[in-house]
Amino acid sequence: MSKVILQVEDLRSYFFTRKGVVKAVDGISFYVDEGETFGIVGESACGKTVTALSILRLLPEPGGKIVSGKIILDGTNLVELSKKEMRKYRGKMISMILQDPMTSLNPVYTIGDQIAESVRLHQGLRGEMVEQEVISALRLLKIPSPEVILRQYPFQMSGGMRQRVVGAIAMSCRPRLLIADEPTTALDATIQAQYMALFKDVQKKTNVAIIYITHDFGVIAQMCHRVAVMYAGKIVETATTRELFKAPKHPYTSALINSVPRLDRKDARLYSIEGQPPSLMDLPPGCRFAPRCPVVKPVCREQEPPEVGIGYGHSVSCWRAK
Amino acid sequence: MEDVLLEGRDLKKYYPVTKGLLQRTVGWVRAVDGVSFKVERGKTLGLVGESGAGKTTTAKAILLLERLTSGNILFEGKDLYQFSQSQLKTEYRPRVQSVQQNPWSSMNPRMRVRDIVAEPLVVNTKQSKKQNQSRVLELLEQVGLNSGHAELYPHEFSGGQRQRIAVARALALNPSLVVLDEPVSALDVSIRAQIMNLLKDLQEQYNLSYLVIAHNLATVRYMSYNVAIMYLGQIVEYGEAEELFKRPLHPYTRALMSASLLTLPEDDGQGTEQIILSGEMPSPLNPPSGCRFHTRCTEAAPKCSQEVPPLRNVGGGHEVACLRV
Repeated sequence: MSKVILQVEDLRSYFFTRKGVVKAVDGISFYVDEGETFGIVGESACGKTVTALSILRLLPEPGGKIVSGKIILDGTNLVELSKKEMRKYRGKMISMILQDPMTSLNPVYTIGDQIAESVRLHQGLRGEMVEQEVISALRLLKIPSPEVILRQYPFQMSGGMRQRVVGAIAMSCRPRLLIADEPTTALDATIQAQYMALFKDVQKKTNVAIIYITHDFGVIAQMCHRVAVMYAGKIVETATTRELFKAPKHPYTSALINSVPRLDRKDARLYSIEGQPPSLMDLPPGCRFAPRCPVVKPVCREQEPPEVGIGYGHSVSCWRAK
Repeated sequence: MEDVLLEGRDLKKYYPVTKGLLQRTVGWVRAVDGVSFKVERGKTLGLVGESGAGKTTTAKAILLLERLTSGNILFEGKDLYQFSQSQLKTEYRPRVQSVQQNPWSSMNPRMRVRDIVAEPLVVNTKQSKKQNQSRVLELLEQVGLNSGHAELYPHEFSGGQRQRIAVARALALNPSLVVLDEPVSALDVSIRAQIMNLLKDLQEQYNLSYLVIAHNLATVRYMSYNVAIMYLGQIVEYGEAEELFKRPLHPYTRALMSASLLTLPEDDGQGTEQIILSGEMPSPLNPPSGCRFHTRCTEAAPKCSQEVPPLRNVGGGHEVACLRV
């Protein structure tokens, strides 16, 4: 039995703007085990990234705020920590990889300096020890000839190699939890395949728990053990990856899976979901997917569906689910 | 009998690399290096490849946004470079339109939708304002928008709706060919299907030809009749989409397919093993000798680094450039 490393309970993160309250994340719960990859999939503005930023307590201020809920990392509720205490967790216990390696690296520092910064800050190492740690982080991400690379600048590297460097920074302090926010979206297909294989290997070696945020079901299928599907600030379905693809229970999940063209068969016509996601400032009453749902019932437009468990590790928020 | 609308013959585009005070040319970036293809009337040709493969340069050459280093483009059998400027303006440009990848940067934010869609009509026809406006409303309806949208500005629309506006603008002059450069990659998953279905419906309705550029194989398979797989400025495999995806022959095509196949967890172990290429695409400034793919190929033989593989027909119009096939 593996140990739960992160438990999120009824998390609500709102943005308070002049025009009104944006309910970016509105009551989500999930857990992540040690050594597990947990996927969060959804379209833009469904709350994936805000979930990640909430866990790191990095919501943009002023405006962004965790309104309620618990984020328990290895027994500590991160929501209750002071800013100073939280700083000890970031980088050391939890780290993050962002989508675009062009903007997440500093162009005027060498690769070595950028990894060393995190090693000095979080592990308190000095002198030769720092360089050793930097090299071991580069080795972990299988970056060729690390002794040479650490004196290079980001512009001297390709996109795939830069994203490995970002991975090396994130893994340099051997965190317990890694949040990867669309880490391969900016990469080419063959490089993406390399990167994903690399991360599976890193996970095997370090037993790190990964939260993998993406909009791509192909990536989910290859990387994740369990998945949560988000829509308009809520998790509509959570299941093991196998279950989710084999027997999706929420109409949004099955619509999403069916609207992606497949390479292994010729589709006559793609299934398409009409309309667009609702504004997070002006949510419909009842189920948030009801206005676009092909199998909507009267109750869906009036009451929010509760989350119901339907078998091992599979839960769904839909009035139709049994 | 195939009815060819546009044909590219041995297209080459080299960009000079200059150095020093006198801007001496010290090398060439071979962005497109000997590419030939045909776009049939009413059908779609898909160009697939990773960044730097030369897809967009090929599209730019067709749209006459780049002058080729060598090669010919034939439109309905006539060589474009023999056209005079005025002929191009009346006989070619209005009939070849494009839709760009990013609907946030392809429209002037200060223009209303009705003016954006009417722009090609204003430039290319002598119709009255009234005629233009009724045509705009007709176009908006065709792409699934309504007359109320005509008075709005681009920022008032979502990405999918903006891409619909871009499609309406491209159709304004009743073109024969529309170049679609990554038409859905900037959109959300649930919106992509809407736009792809719309494009297919319009194609059927108006017998349009499309040149679709995409890096996503599944998108291309869904959209295209013919497919060309590009690597480092060259076509490595070409054929009808059905045939090519059922029987991929080039190792690069197979690796690409393996990388983008939706492998379900239950296929573990029994499905085809994933091919993971090592290394990255070499620089087009100094492409490898012989087969350009041999540095990353899982099946490379010694001869691959010496001999340049020609694009050979292996039956049924399926062409492949590999010495080992």
